[in-house]
Amino acid sequence: MREKTWTEIPIGGAIEEAGNADAYETGSWRTYRPLWNEETCIHCLRCWVACPDSSILISEGKMTGIDLEHCKGCGICAFECPVDPKAIEMKLETDVKNG
Amino acid sequence: MSRRLILTGNDAAAEAMRQIDPDVVAAFPITPQTELMHKFAEHVADGEVKAELVLVESEHSAMSATVGAAAAGARSMTATSANGLALMWEIVYIAASYRLPIVMPVVNRALSGPINIHCDHSDTMGCRDTGWIQLYSENAQEVYDNILQAIRIAESPEVLLPVMVTFDGFIISHTAEVLEALEDDIVTKWVGEYDPKYTLLDTDNPMTFGPLDLQDYYFEHKRQQMEAMREAPAAVKKIGKLYGEISGRQYELIERYQLDDAEFVVVALGSTCGTAKVVIDELRAQGKKVGLLKIRCFRPFPETEIAEAIKNAKAIAVLDRSVSFGAPGGPVHKEIKAALFGTGSTAGLVNYVYGLGGRDISMDHIKQTFADLETIADSGTPTDSLRFLGLRE
Ligand code: SF4
Ligand code: SF4
Repeated sequence: MREKTWTEIPIGGAIEEAGNADAYETGSWRTYRPLWNEETCIHCLRCWVACPDSSILISEGKMTGIDLEHCKGCGICAFECPVDPKAIEMKLETDVKNG
Repeated sequence: MSRRLILTGNDAAAEAMRQIDPDVVAAFPITPQTELMHKFAEHVADGEVKAELVLVESEHSAMSATVGAAAAGARSMTATSANGLALMWEIVYIAASYRLPIVMPVVNRALSGPINIHCDHSDTMGCRDTGWIQLYSENAQEVYDNILQAIRIAESPEVLLPVMVTFDGFIISHTAEVLEALEDDIVTKWVGEYDPKYTLLDTDNPMTFGPLDLQDYYFEHKRQQMEAMREAPAAVKKIGKLYGEISGRQYELIERYQLDDAEFVVVALGSTCGTAKVVIDELRAQGKKVGLLKIRCFRPFPETEIAEAIKNAKAIAVLDRSVSFGAPGGPVHKEIKAALFGTGSTAGLVNYVYGLGGRDISMDHIKQTFADLETIADSGTPTDSLRFLGLRE
Protein backbone atom coordinates (compact mmCIF):
# COMPACT_ATOMS: atom_id res chain seq x y z
CA MET A 1 0.00 0.00 0.00
CA ARG A 2 1.43 3.41 -0.99
CA GLU A 3 1.72 5.61 2.09
CA LYS A 4 -0.11 8.89 1.66
CA THR A 5 1.29 12.43 1.93
CA TRP A 6 0.27 14.93 4.61
CA THR A 7 -2.21 16.58 2.27
CA GLU A 8 -3.98 13.31 1.49
CA ILE A 9 -4.94 12.16 4.97
CA PRO A 10 -7.66 13.34 7.39
CA ILE A 11 -6.49 15.85 10.00
CA GLY A 12 -5.88 15.10 13.66
CA GLY A 13 -5.31 11.39 13.11
CA ALA A 14 -9.03 10.88 12.61
CA ILE A 15 -10.09 7.71 10.85
CA GLU A 16 -13.09 8.43 8.67
CA GLU A 17 -13.56 4.92 7.33
CA ALA A 18 -15.10 2.41 9.72
CA GLY A 19 -13.34 -0.95 9.91
CA ASN A 20 -10.29 0.07 7.91
CA ALA A 21 -8.01 -1.66 10.43
CA ASP A 22 -8.48 -4.52 7.96
CA ALA A 23 -6.16 -2.72 5.58
CA TYR A 24 -3.43 -2.42 8.20
CA GLU A 25 -1.12 -5.38 8.11
CA THR A 26 -0.29 -6.21 11.72
CA GLY A 27 0.87 -9.75 11.02
CA SER A 28 4.45 -8.58 10.61
CA TRP A 29 4.76 -8.06 14.40
CA ARG A 30 4.52 -11.82 15.01
CA THR A 31 7.27 -13.85 16.74
CA TYR A 32 5.42 -17.18 16.68
CA ARG A 33 3.29 -18.42 13.80
CA PRO A 34 0.26 -20.68 14.37
CA LEU A 35 0.39 -23.73 12.09
CA TRP A 36 -2.96 -25.40 11.55
CA ASN A 37 -3.30 -29.12 10.96
CA GLU A 38 -6.48 -29.71 8.99
CA GLU A 39 -6.23 -33.49 9.57
CA THR A 40 -6.62 -33.37 13.34
CA CYS A 41 -8.96 -30.34 13.56
CA ILE A 42 -12.47 -31.22 14.80
CA HIS A 43 -13.89 -27.78 13.87
CA CYS A 44 -15.04 -26.99 17.40
CA LEU A 45 -14.23 -23.31 16.68
CA ARG A 46 -12.85 -22.62 20.16
CA CYS A 47 -9.90 -20.92 18.50
CA TRP A 48 -12.30 -18.71 16.52
CA VAL A 49 -14.03 -17.59 19.73
CA ALA A 50 -10.78 -16.98 21.56
CA CYS A 51 -8.67 -15.23 18.91
CA PRO A 52 -8.33 -11.54 19.94
CA ASP A 53 -7.49 -10.48 16.39
CA SER A 54 -10.34 -12.18 14.49
CA SER A 55 -7.71 -14.08 12.55
CA ILE A 56 -9.31 -17.52 12.49
CA LEU A 57 -10.97 -17.90 9.10
CA ILE A 58 -14.16 -19.92 8.88
CA SER A 59 -16.73 -20.83 6.27
CA GLU A 60 -20.06 -22.56 6.79
CA GLY A 61 -19.24 -23.47 10.37
CA LYS A 62 -15.85 -24.92 9.57
CA MET A 63 -12.39 -23.62 10.12
CA THR A 64 -10.65 -22.90 6.82
CA GLY A 65 -7.34 -21.35 7.88
CA ILE A 66 -5.56 -18.50 9.62
CA ASP A 67 -5.33 -14.89 8.42
CA LEU A 68 -1.58 -14.37 8.69
CA GLU A 69 -1.80 -10.70 7.66
CA HIS A 70 -3.46 -9.89 10.98
CA CYS A 71 -2.54 -12.75 13.33
CA LYS A 72 -0.12 -11.36 15.92
CA GLY A 73 1.03 -14.76 17.13
CA CYS A 74 -0.26 -14.66 20.70
CA GLY A 75 -0.81 -18.43 20.80
CA ILE A 76 -4.22 -18.30 22.48
CA CYS A 77 -5.73 -20.41 19.71
CA ALA A 78 -3.14 -23.16 20.25
CA PHE A 79 -3.63 -23.00 24.02
CA GLU A 80 -7.41 -23.35 23.67
CA CYS A 81 -7.39 -26.08 21.05
CA PRO A 82 -8.87 -29.16 22.83
CA VAL A 83 -7.60 -31.99 20.65
CA ASP A 84 -4.54 -34.05 21.41
CA PRO A 85 -2.22 -33.65 19.63
CA LYS A 86 -3.27 -30.02 19.13
CA ALA A 87 -4.53 -28.95 15.73
CA ILE A 88 -2.65 -25.65 16.08
CA GLU A 89 1.04 -25.58 16.86
CA MET A 90 3.06 -22.38 17.47
CA LYS A 91 6.42 -22.21 15.69
CA LEU A 92 9.05 -19.49 15.68
CA GLU A 93 8.63 -17.34 12.55
CA THR A 94 12.35 -17.58 11.88
CA ASP A 95 12.19 -21.38 11.99
CA VAL A 96 9.18 -21.43 9.63
CA LYS A 97 10.94 -19.07 7.22
CA ASN A 98 14.20 -20.97 7.35
CA GLY A 99 12.26 -24.17 6.69
CA MET B 1 -26.57 48.76 20.43
CA SER B 2 -23.94 47.82 22.94
CA ARG B 3 -24.19 47.62 26.70
CA ARG B 4 -21.80 49.43 29.04
CA LEU B 5 -20.98 47.19 31.99
CA ILE B 6 -18.67 47.32 34.97
CA LEU B 7 -17.00 43.93 35.16
CA THR B 8 -13.84 42.28 36.39
CA GLY B 9 -11.82 40.34 33.84
CA ASN B 10 -13.20 37.08 35.20
CA ASP B 11 -16.76 38.36 34.98
CA ALA B 12 -16.12 39.66 31.46
CA ALA B 13 -14.97 36.16 30.45
CA ALA B 14 -18.03 34.61 32.11
CA GLU B 15 -20.25 37.14 30.33
CA ALA B 16 -18.74 36.18 26.97
CA MET B 17 -19.24 32.51 27.83
CA ARG B 18 -22.85 33.13 28.87
CA GLN B 19 -23.51 34.69 25.49
CA ILE B 20 -21.64 31.98 23.57
CA ASP B 21 -23.51 29.33 25.57
CA PRO B 22 -21.19 26.44 24.66
CA ASP B 23 -22.60 22.91 24.60
CA VAL B 24 -20.21 21.63 27.26
CA VAL B 25 -18.09 23.39 29.88
CA ALA B 26 -15.79 21.52 32.25
CA ALA B 27 -14.70 23.33 35.40
CA PHE B 28 -12.25 22.92 38.23
CA PRO B 29 -11.39 25.82 40.55
CA ILE B 30 -7.95 27.41 40.82
CA THR B 31 -7.02 30.92 41.89
CA PRO B 32 -7.30 33.37 40.16
CA GLN B 33 -9.57 31.65 37.62
CA THR B 34 -12.07 30.36 40.22
CA GLU B 35 -14.46 33.30 40.02
CA LEU B 36 -14.74 32.97 36.25
CA MET B 37 -16.29 29.51 36.49
CA HIS B 38 -18.11 30.50 39.67
CA LYS B 39 -19.87 33.20 37.70
CA PHE B 40 -20.54 30.89 34.77
CA ALA B 41 -21.93 28.25 37.16
CA GLU B 42 -24.36 30.93 38.39
CA HIS B 43 -25.55 31.44 34.84
CA VAL B 44 -26.08 27.69 34.57
CA ALA B 45 -27.88 27.50 37.93
CA ASP B 46 -30.09 30.44 36.98
CA GLY B 47 -31.09 28.70 33.77
CA GLU B 48 -29.62 31.46 31.59
CA VAL B 49 -27.59 29.00 29.51
CA LYS B 50 -28.21 25.52 28.21
CA ALA B 51 -24.56 24.45 28.58
CA GLU B 52 -23.81 21.14 30.25
CA LEU B 53 -21.49 22.07 33.14
CA VAL B 54 -19.25 19.17 34.14
CA LEU B 55 -17.66 19.57 37.57
CA VAL B 56 -14.55 17.44 37.43
CA GLU B 57 -12.00 16.33 40.00
CA SER B 58 -8.86 17.92 38.52
CA GLU B 59 -7.64 20.03 35.63
CA HIS B 60 -6.34 16.92 33.90
CA SER B 61 -9.94 15.72 33.93
CA ALA B 62 -11.23 19.18 32.94
CA MET B 63 -9.23 19.11 29.72
CA SER B 64 -9.98 15.42 29.19
CA ALA B 65 -13.73 16.05 29.50
CA THR B 66 -13.41 19.03 27.16
CA VAL B 67 -11.52 16.95 24.60
CA GLY B 68 -14.09 14.14 24.84
CA ALA B 69 -16.97 16.55 24.40
CA ALA B 70 -15.26 18.30 21.49
CA ALA B 71 -14.60 14.96 19.79
CA ALA B 72 -18.28 14.17 20.23
CA GLY B 73 -19.00 17.31 18.22
CA ALA B 74 -19.87 19.70 21.04
CA ARG B 75 -18.67 23.31 21.26
CA SER B 76 -16.57 22.91 24.41
CA MET B 77 -14.77 25.21 26.80
CA THR B 78 -12.88 25.15 30.07
CA ALA B 79 -10.66 27.64 31.92
CA THR B 80 -7.69 27.46 34.23
CA SER B 81 -4.54 29.08 35.66
CA ALA B 82 -0.93 28.18 36.41
CA ASN B 83 -0.60 24.77 38.07
CA GLY B 84 -4.00 23.80 36.71
CA LEU B 85 -2.67 24.37 33.21
CA ALA B 86 0.47 22.45 34.11
CA LEU B 87 -1.62 19.51 35.33
CA MET B 88 -3.68 19.41 32.14
CA TRP B 89 -0.60 19.82 29.91
CA GLU B 90 -0.70 16.27 28.57
CA ILE B 91 -4.24 16.71 27.30
CA VAL B 92 -3.62 20.31 26.20
CA TYR B 93 -1.16 18.91 23.67
CA ILE B 94 -3.64 16.23 22.64
CA ALA B 95 -6.45 18.76 22.10
CA ALA B 96 -4.35 20.56 19.49
CA SER B 97 -3.11 17.33 17.95
CA TYR B 98 -6.68 16.10 17.47
CA ARG B 99 -7.53 19.49 15.94
CA LEU B 100 -10.36 20.20 18.37
CA PRO B 101 -11.47 23.85 18.31
CA ILE B 102 -11.68 24.28 22.07
CA VAL B 103 -11.53 27.77 23.58
CA MET B 104 -9.92 28.13 26.99
CA PRO B 105 -9.47 31.34 28.96
CA VAL B 106 -6.27 31.11 31.00
CA VAL B 107 -5.87 33.56 33.86
CA ASN B 108 -2.11 34.03 34.04
CA ARG B 109 -0.49 33.10 37.31
CA ALA B 110 3.06 32.16 38.31
CA LEU B 111 3.84 28.47 38.34
CA SER B 112 4.89 26.98 41.68
CA GLY B 113 7.22 26.86 43.38
CA PRO B 114 7.52 28.33 45.79
CA ILE B 115 3.77 28.62 45.65
CA ASN B 116 2.52 31.97 44.42
CA ILE B 117 -0.96 32.96 43.25
CA HIS B 118 -0.12 36.19 41.43
CA CYS B 119 0.47 37.08 37.83
CA ASP B 120 3.25 36.16 35.55
CA HIS B 121 3.27 34.42 32.19
CA SER B 122 5.19 31.29 33.13
CA ASP B 123 2.05 29.18 32.75
CA THR B 124 1.01 30.05 29.20
CA MET B 125 4.56 30.65 27.98
CA GLY B 126 5.32 27.17 29.28
CA CYS B 127 2.89 25.70 26.79
CA ARG B 128 3.63 27.96 23.85
CA ASP B 129 4.67 24.95 21.77
CA THR B 130 1.59 22.80 22.43
CA GLY B 131 -0.07 23.77 19.16
CA TRP B 132 -2.64 26.15 20.65
CA ILE B 133 -3.27 29.62 19.31
CA GLN B 134 -2.54 32.14 22.07
CA LEU B 135 -4.21 35.54 22.34
CA TYR B 136 -3.00 37.84 25.16
CA SER B 137 -5.41 40.46 26.52
CA GLU B 138 -4.58 43.95 27.79
CA ASN B 139 -7.74 44.56 29.81
CA ALA B 140 -11.23 43.22 30.58
CA GLN B 141 -12.61 44.60 27.32
CA GLU B 142 -10.07 42.58 25.37
CA VAL B 143 -10.80 39.49 27.46
CA TYR B 144 -14.43 39.72 26.39
CA ASP B 145 -13.62 40.56 22.77
CA ASN B 146 -10.88 37.93 22.44
CA ILE B 147 -13.08 35.11 23.74
CA LEU B 148 -15.82 35.95 21.24
CA GLN B 149 -13.29 36.05 18.41
CA ALA B 150 -11.53 32.91 19.62
CA ILE B 151 -14.61 30.79 18.95
CA ARG B 152 -14.65 31.87 15.31
CA ILE B 153 -10.87 31.55 14.92
CA ALA B 154 -10.77 28.06 16.42
CA GLU B 155 -13.67 26.84 14.32
CA SER B 156 -12.40 28.30 11.02
CA PRO B 157 -12.28 25.31 8.66
CA GLU B 158 -8.74 26.14 7.52
CA VAL B 159 -7.55 26.40 11.15
CA LEU B 160 -9.35 23.95 13.48
CA LEU B 161 -7.01 24.53 16.40
CA PRO B 162 -7.76 25.26 20.05
CA VAL B 163 -7.34 28.83 21.28
CA MET B 164 -6.09 30.04 24.65
CA VAL B 165 -7.24 33.53 25.64
CA THR B 166 -4.91 34.73 28.36
CA PHE B 167 -5.25 37.58 30.82
CA ASP B 168 -3.21 38.70 33.80
CA GLY B 169 -4.24 37.20 37.12
CA PHE B 170 -5.65 39.73 39.62
CA ILE B 171 -4.43 42.72 37.57
CA ILE B 172 -7.16 42.00 35.01
CA SER B 173 -9.09 39.08 36.50
CA HIS B 174 -10.04 40.85 39.73
CA THR B 175 -10.13 44.50 38.67
CA ALA B 176 -13.48 46.04 37.74
CA GLU B 177 -13.45 48.04 34.54
CA VAL B 178 -16.02 49.64 32.31
CA LEU B 179 -16.44 47.72 29.11
CA GLU B 180 -18.79 47.47 26.20
CA ALA B 181 -20.55 44.16 25.67
CA LEU B 182 -22.62 43.20 22.67
CA GLU B 183 -26.29 42.35 22.79
CA ASP B 184 -27.10 38.65 23.24
CA ASP B 185 -28.70 38.21 19.81
CA ILE B 186 -25.67 39.74 18.09
CA VAL B 187 -23.33 37.31 19.84
CA THR B 188 -25.62 34.36 19.07
CA LYS B 189 -25.45 35.33 15.41
CA TRP B 190 -21.70 36.01 15.59
CA VAL B 191 -20.79 32.57 16.94
CA GLY B 192 -23.49 30.81 14.91
CA GLU B 193 -24.42 27.14 15.02
CA TYR B 194 -21.36 24.97 15.53
CA ASP B 195 -20.89 22.59 12.65
CA PRO B 196 -18.16 20.17 13.72
CA LYS B 197 -15.95 18.63 11.04
CA TYR B 198 -16.14 15.27 12.83
CA THR B 199 -18.42 13.93 15.48
CA LEU B 200 -18.24 10.65 17.33
CA LEU B 201 -22.02 10.77 17.76
CA ASP B 202 -22.79 10.48 14.05
CA THR B 203 -23.68 6.80 13.92
CA ASP B 204 -24.31 6.96 10.17
CA ASN B 205 -20.67 7.90 9.66
CA PRO B 206 -18.80 6.07 12.41
CA MET B 207 -15.22 7.26 12.86
CA THR B 208 -12.29 7.00 15.20
CA PHE B 209 -10.44 9.69 17.14
CA GLY B 210 -6.98 9.24 18.55
CA PRO B 211 -5.80 5.91 17.16
CA LEU B 212 -2.21 4.76 17.32
CA ASP B 213 -0.06 6.84 14.99
CA LEU B 214 3.42 5.45 14.53
CA GLN B 215 6.46 6.02 12.34
CA ASP B 216 4.30 5.84 9.24
CA TYR B 217 1.90 8.79 9.79
CA TYR B 218 2.63 10.78 12.99
CA PHE B 219 5.05 13.05 11.11
CA GLU B 220 2.43 13.84 8.46
CA HIS B 221 -0.08 14.80 11.16
CA LYS B 222 2.44 17.20 12.73
CA ARG B 223 3.03 18.73 9.30
CA GLN B 224 -0.73 19.33 9.04
CA GLN B 225 -0.72 21.11 12.40
CA MET B 226 2.10 23.35 11.18
CA GLU B 227 0.01 24.20 8.14
CA ALA B 228 -3.00 25.07 10.30
CA MET B 229 -0.77 27.45 12.27
CA ARG B 230 0.38 28.95 9.00
CA GLU B 231 -3.25 29.58 8.02
CA ALA B 232 -4.15 31.01 11.41
CA PRO B 233 -2.78 34.59 11.08
CA ALA B 234 -5.03 35.33 8.11
CA ALA B 235 -8.01 33.93 10.02
CA VAL B 236 -7.17 35.97 13.14
CA LYS B 237 -6.94 39.11 11.03
CA LYS B 238 -10.10 38.42 9.04
CA ILE B 239 -12.13 37.68 12.16
CA GLY B 240 -10.61 40.71 13.92
CA LYS B 241 -11.85 42.88 11.07
CA LEU B 242 -15.33 41.30 10.99
CA TYR B 243 -15.55 41.74 14.75
CA GLY B 244 -14.78 45.41 14.24
CA GLU B 245 -17.85 45.67 12.04
CA ILE B 246 -20.20 44.46 14.78
CA SER B 247 -18.45 46.04 17.78
CA GLY B 248 -16.54 49.07 16.54
CA ARG B 249 -13.37 47.47 17.92
CA GLN B 250 -11.12 46.01 15.27
CA TYR B 251 -8.33 43.60 16.17
CA GLU B 252 -5.07 42.60 14.53
CA LEU B 253 -2.22 40.25 15.36
CA ILE B 254 -0.25 43.09 16.91
CA GLU B 255 -1.02 46.62 17.97
CA ARG B 256 1.28 49.42 16.90
CA TYR B 257 1.00 52.17 19.51
CA GLN B 258 2.81 55.34 18.37
CA LEU B 259 5.09 53.04 16.47
CA ASP B 260 5.31 54.58 12.99
CA ASP B 261 8.14 57.02 13.72
CA ALA B 262 9.22 55.51 17.04
CA GLU B 263 12.97 55.36 17.64
CA PHE B 264 12.66 53.71 21.03
CA VAL B 265 10.33 50.76 21.26
CA VAL B 266 9.01 48.68 24.10
CA VAL B 267 7.62 45.24 23.24
CA ALA B 268 5.13 43.76 25.70
CA LEU B 269 2.00 41.70 26.05
CA GLY B 270 -0.86 41.65 28.54
CA SER B 271 -1.82 44.36 31.03
CA THR B 272 1.64 45.97 30.99
CA CYS B 273 0.75 47.38 27.57
CA GLY B 274 -1.80 49.64 29.26
CA THR B 275 0.85 50.99 31.61
CA ALA B 276 3.27 51.48 28.71
CA LYS B 277 0.69 53.46 26.71
CA VAL B 278 0.25 56.00 29.52
CA VAL B 279 4.01 56.43 29.76
CA ILE B 280 4.30 56.81 26.00
CA ASP B 281 1.62 59.54 25.99
CA GLU B 282 3.61 61.42 28.62
CA LEU B 283 6.93 61.05 26.84
CA ARG B 284 5.42 61.93 23.46
CA ALA B 285 4.13 65.17 25.01
CA GLN B 286 7.80 65.90 25.78
CA GLY B 287 8.68 65.28 22.14
CA LYS B 288 10.26 61.84 22.62
CA LYS B 289 9.86 59.36 19.78
CA VAL B 290 8.72 56.39 21.79
CA GLY B 291 6.31 53.61 20.94
CA LEU B 292 4.88 50.25 21.94
CA LEU B 293 4.62 47.01 20.03
CA LYS B 294 1.89 45.03 21.68
CA ILE B 295 1.76 41.38 20.79
CA ARG B 296 -1.82 40.18 20.88
CA CYS B 297 -1.28 36.93 19.03
CA PHE B 298 1.82 35.21 20.38
CA ARG B 299 1.02 31.86 18.76
CA PRO B 300 1.28 31.77 15.85
CA PHE B 301 4.05 34.35 16.16
CA PRO B 302 3.49 37.07 13.54
CA GLU B 303 7.16 37.29 12.66
CA THR B 304 6.95 39.23 9.42
CA GLU B 305 4.55 41.88 10.71
CA ILE B 306 6.60 42.36 13.83
CA ALA B 307 9.87 42.69 11.93
CA GLU B 308 8.25 45.25 9.63
CA ALA B 309 6.87 47.21 12.58
CA ILE B 310 10.14 47.59 14.52
CA LYS B 311 12.94 47.21 12.02
CA ASN B 312 13.70 50.94 11.89
CA ALA B 313 13.86 51.42 15.67
CA LYS B 314 17.15 52.59 17.17
CA ALA B 315 16.74 50.59 20.35
CA ILE B 316 14.21 47.99 21.48
CA ALA B 317 13.32 46.71 24.95
CA VAL B 318 11.53 43.38 25.09
CA LEU B 319 9.60 42.85 28.30
CA ASP B 320 9.25 39.25 29.42
CA ARG B 321 7.00 38.28 32.32
CA SER B 322 8.47 34.78 32.45
CA VAL B 323 11.84 33.10 32.29
CA SER B 324 13.06 30.52 29.83
CA PHE B 325 15.63 29.03 32.17
CA GLY B 326 18.99 28.47 30.56
CA ALA B 327 17.94 30.06 27.29
CA PRO B 328 19.48 33.24 25.87
CA GLY B 329 16.61 35.49 27.00
CA GLY B 330 12.92 35.27 27.79
CA PRO B 331 10.46 33.66 25.37
CA VAL B 332 9.30 36.93 23.81
CA HIS B 333 12.84 38.26 23.52
CA LYS B 334 14.07 35.19 21.67
CA GLU B 335 11.28 35.40 19.12
CA ILE B 336 11.79 39.12 18.55
CA LYS B 337 15.51 38.59 18.08
CA ALA B 338 14.81 35.83 15.57
CA ALA B 339 12.24 38.00 13.75
CA LEU B 340 14.82 40.78 13.31
CA PHE B 341 17.43 38.43 11.87
CA GLY B 342 17.95 39.24 8.23
CA THR B 343 16.02 42.54 8.31
CA GLY B 344 19.21 44.60 8.48
CA SER B 345 18.09 46.05 11.82
CA THR B 346 20.97 47.55 13.79
CA ALA B 347 18.81 48.30 16.81
CA GLY B 348 20.21 47.80 20.28
CA LEU B 349 18.10 44.98 21.69
CA VAL B 350 17.69 44.47 25.40
CA ASN B 351 15.59 41.99 27.35
CA TYR B 352 13.89 43.02 30.58
CA VAL B 353 12.50 40.30 32.80
CA TYR B 354 9.87 41.76 35.10
CA GLY B 355 6.80 41.09 37.17
CA LEU B 356 7.54 37.51 38.23
CA GLY B 357 5.16 36.20 40.86
CA GLY B 358 3.05 39.34 40.57
CA ARG B 359 5.85 41.86 41.31
CA ASP B 360 4.38 45.22 40.39
CA ILE B 361 5.50 47.05 37.28
CA SER B 362 5.11 50.80 37.54
CA MET B 363 5.14 53.69 35.11
CA ASP B 364 8.55 54.62 36.51
CA HIS B 365 9.92 51.24 35.47
CA ILE B 366 8.81 51.82 31.90
CA LYS B 367 10.15 55.38 31.93
CA GLN B 368 13.46 53.97 33.10
CA THR B 369 13.33 51.47 30.24
CA PHE B 370 12.89 54.23 27.67
CA ALA B 371 15.70 56.23 29.29
CA ASP B 372 17.91 53.14 29.06
CA LEU B 373 17.04 52.77 25.38
CA GLU B 374 18.22 56.32 24.65
CA THR B 375 21.54 55.54 26.33
CA ILE B 376 21.85 52.29 24.43
CA ALA B 377 21.15 54.01 21.11
CA ASP B 378 23.85 56.63 21.89
CA SER B 379 26.46 54.10 22.93
CA GLY B 380 25.77 51.35 20.40
CA THR B 381 25.06 47.76 21.41
CA PRO B 382 24.18 47.19 25.06
CA THR B 383 26.82 45.28 26.98
CA ASP B 384 24.22 43.55 29.11
CA SER B 385 21.35 42.23 27.05
CA LEU B 386 19.44 40.83 30.04
CA ARG B 387 18.13 43.21 32.68
CA PHE B 388 15.48 43.20 35.38
CA LEU B 389 12.71 45.60 36.36
CA GLY B 390 11.71 45.71 40.02
CA LEU B 391 14.24 43.15 41.19
CA ARG B 392 16.23 43.96 44.33
CA GLU B 393 19.84 43.74 43.12
S1 SF4 C 1 -1.95 -16.83 17.38
FE1 SF4 C 1 -3.33 -15.40 18.44
S2 SF4 C 1 -3.78 -13.92 16.87
FE2 SF4 C 1 -2.93 -15.64 15.77
S3 SF4 C 1 -4.68 -16.82 15.18
FE3 SF4 C 1 -3.99 -17.63 17.13
S4 SF4 C 1 -5.22 -16.56 18.65
FE4 SF4 C 1 -5.42 -15.43 16.73
S1 SF4 D 1 -9.67 -25.12 18.43
FE1 SF4 D 1 -8.44 -26.66 17.41
S2 SF4 D 1 -9.87 -28.22 16.87
FE2 SF4 D 1 -11.09 -26.45 17.42
S3 SF4 D 1 -11.43 -25.44 15.45
FE3 SF4 D 1 -9.62 -24.52 16.29
S4 SF4 D 1 -7.96 -25.70 15.46
FE4 SF4 D 1 -9.77 -26.88 15.10
